[in-house]
Amino acid sequence: MSHAIQDRPLSVAPRRGTLSHARLPRWTPAAVAAGSVLAGVGTGLAAGWHSKVQWGLISALLFVLVTYALTTKVEGSRQAKDRVATSLVWVCFVLAVVPLLSLAWVTVSKGLAVLDGYFLTHSMNGVLDAEAGGGIYHALLGTVEQVGIATLIAAPIGLLTAVYLVEYGGGKLAQAVTFFVDVMTGIPSIVAGLFVLTTWNLTLGFGPSGFAGAMALAILMMPVVVRSTEEMLKLVPNELREASLALGIPKWRTILKVVLPTAIGGITTGVMLAVARITGETAPVLLLVFGTKLINPNPFEGAQSSLPLYVYEQYAVGTDAAVARAWAAALVLIAFVMILNLVARGIARWKAPKTGR
Amino acid sequence: MAKRIDVSGLSAYYGAHKAIDDISMTVEPRSVTAFIGPSGCGKSTFLRTLNRMHEVTPGGRVEGKVMLDDENLYGTNVDPVAVRRTVGMVFQRPNPFPTMSIFDNVAAGLRLNGNYKKSQLNDIVEKSLKGANLWNEVKDRLNKPGSGLSGGQQQRLCIARAIAVEPDVLLMDEPCSALDPISTLAIEDLIGELKERFTIVIVTHNMQQAARVSDRTAFFNLAAVGQPGKLIELDDTERIFSNPSVQATEDYISGRFG
Ligand SMILES: Nc1ncnc2c1ncn2[C@@H]1O[C@H](COP(=O)(O)OP(=O)(O)O)[C@@H](O)[C@H]1O
Ligand SMILES: [Mg+2]
Repeated sequence: MSHAIQDRPLSVAPRRGTLSHARLPRWTPAAVAAGSVLAGVGTGLAAGWHSKVQWGLISALLFVLVTYALTTKVEGSRQAKDRVATSLVWVCFVLAVVPLLSLAWVTVSKGLAVLDGYFLTHSMNGVLDAEAGGGIYHALLGTVEQVGIATLIAAPIGLLTAVYLVEYGGGKLAQAVTFFVDVMTGIPSIVAGLFVLTTWNLTLGFGPSGFAGAMALAILMMPVVVRSTEEMLKLVPNELREASLALGIPKWRTILKVVLPTAIGGITTGVMLAVARITGETAPVLLLVFGTKLINPNPFEGAQSSLPLYVYEQYAVGTDAAVARAWAAALVLIAFVMILNLVARGIARWKAPKTGR
Repeated sequence: MAKRIDVSGLSAYYGAHKAIDDISMTVEPRSVTAFIGPSGCGKSTFLRTLNRMHEVTPGGRVEGKVMLDDENLYGTNVDPVAVRRTVGMVFQRPNPFPTMSIFDNVAAGLRLNGNYKKSQLNDIVEKSLKGANLWNEVKDRLNKPGSGLSGGQQQRLCIARAIAVEPDVLLMDEPCSALDPISTLAIEDLIGELKERFTIVIVTHNMQQAARVSDRTAFFNLAAVGQPGKLIELDDTERIFSNPSVQATEDYISGRFG
């Protein structure tokens, strides 16, 4: 007789067993959040506070306190603690996302002003710092070449080092290598730049070039590649190695055909993240690549430019036109790194071991 | 070509720890020999010494002799890779290669060893899958990943992969312990067929299974935890289960310990 139950007027509360209790409606957190923000903004406006940070803090505090009070009243103290923890997580999430979004917003809004086809395809040749015009072609080319060369050096060495550490290591040598990789992870980029400067440029007598910068970038990239590849190889189940060895497949082919393909998605992501990291490096580029306004397609001879270096130079000039160029270049830099990340994710998904039926 | 295994005075170590002590036995060709015994008595370790997989474990070390017909697996100049092509292995948990299709899984041993003719590959894969009683279930999806099969199918895929390289001996370490009763039965039937062509050694925790599939049964035991495991007796399965010559065997089989 379900009719009878449904037809009962709502005002008659259903009889509660010990397992159920009063619950706040599902929209409560959203409503409390909206109310807190309104209250925060209202207080801020009324008191005439200039800083938006204060508005935000008041809102966040109100949100947590009101949630706690309301839940304690209606649902009980255990649920209140649960809700407060959830609220704190949300507040932290917003705190983390706000700067990120505002950074993206500022870069996009300021960068789009001068970003166009001309900007991407022309250098600063003959453009005075103070005047508008010019572009980043030379810097983009430099970044692609330097990062490309650095990856060509660092990725194979890093990959092979990781294979050695995971598949063959275990002795004193492996411990020493792990130690030095850890130390290398902590090298400040300017020190890597100085190292290449003293050996390659001062001792061996070469001039500034994209290649010199690429070597410093490779030094920074290598430990990151080793670490991430190592972690990925460790994730490959030992059973797969044994299954392969038990088929009479030699160890090197087991690594090449079973272990690496199983881990290739994660390894690619790791390498791409390392690439993204060095793409934004400024210090070693400043020391070793030197910077130029002209297009120099040869990374082995003469000064080049690069995106972070270009941003730095233009911002230092300080005129409106130069600052606009700096923002546009920064936007291109972010887009470049983001595209690399997307490519990495794509490859990781495409190459990941398939589980579907 | 099924071969006879003749083990004499075999001990195996993990670093300083001696896992099995002074084992000698003969395994007849074209027969199924079951290893039974309590956990930790070294059945897996002993099995892995028979195709030189024991030394893959860090610190793994072996003393003694394993004759395969008239060749000592532990002789000088013996290549462990060649040994493993002759003595295949199926593991406790099904472990198909996750990046490979069903076809590639079966072909893996041949492809990665490099000794096959392209034209033969299709035939060998079909023959091996038929040999593992899996052909009818997968013939329409050979290009799908092997990890999409059920546990029992995956285990038969691993058996197909192992017999595709035409070994002389097939070692199985508790091949059914991760499977349901129906899949277990399928694999037991398969073992009965495979013994026409291979020498089979199977580790099992299931007495009924040992009684059902094996011709000879070896009972292993250890004096105490931490002590090395020993071979207590090896005899015809019928005799072991009806009238064993050692009291410990009878105690174990009748469930009085272990
Ligand atoms: N990888 C290993 N490293 C060290 N000791 C091991 C390893 N594998 C097994 N052992 C030891 O060897 C002994 C025999 O183990 P195992 O052969 O796995 O027994 P079973 O298969 O009969 O259960 C046990 O004492 C076990 O602790
Ligand atoms: Mg075992």
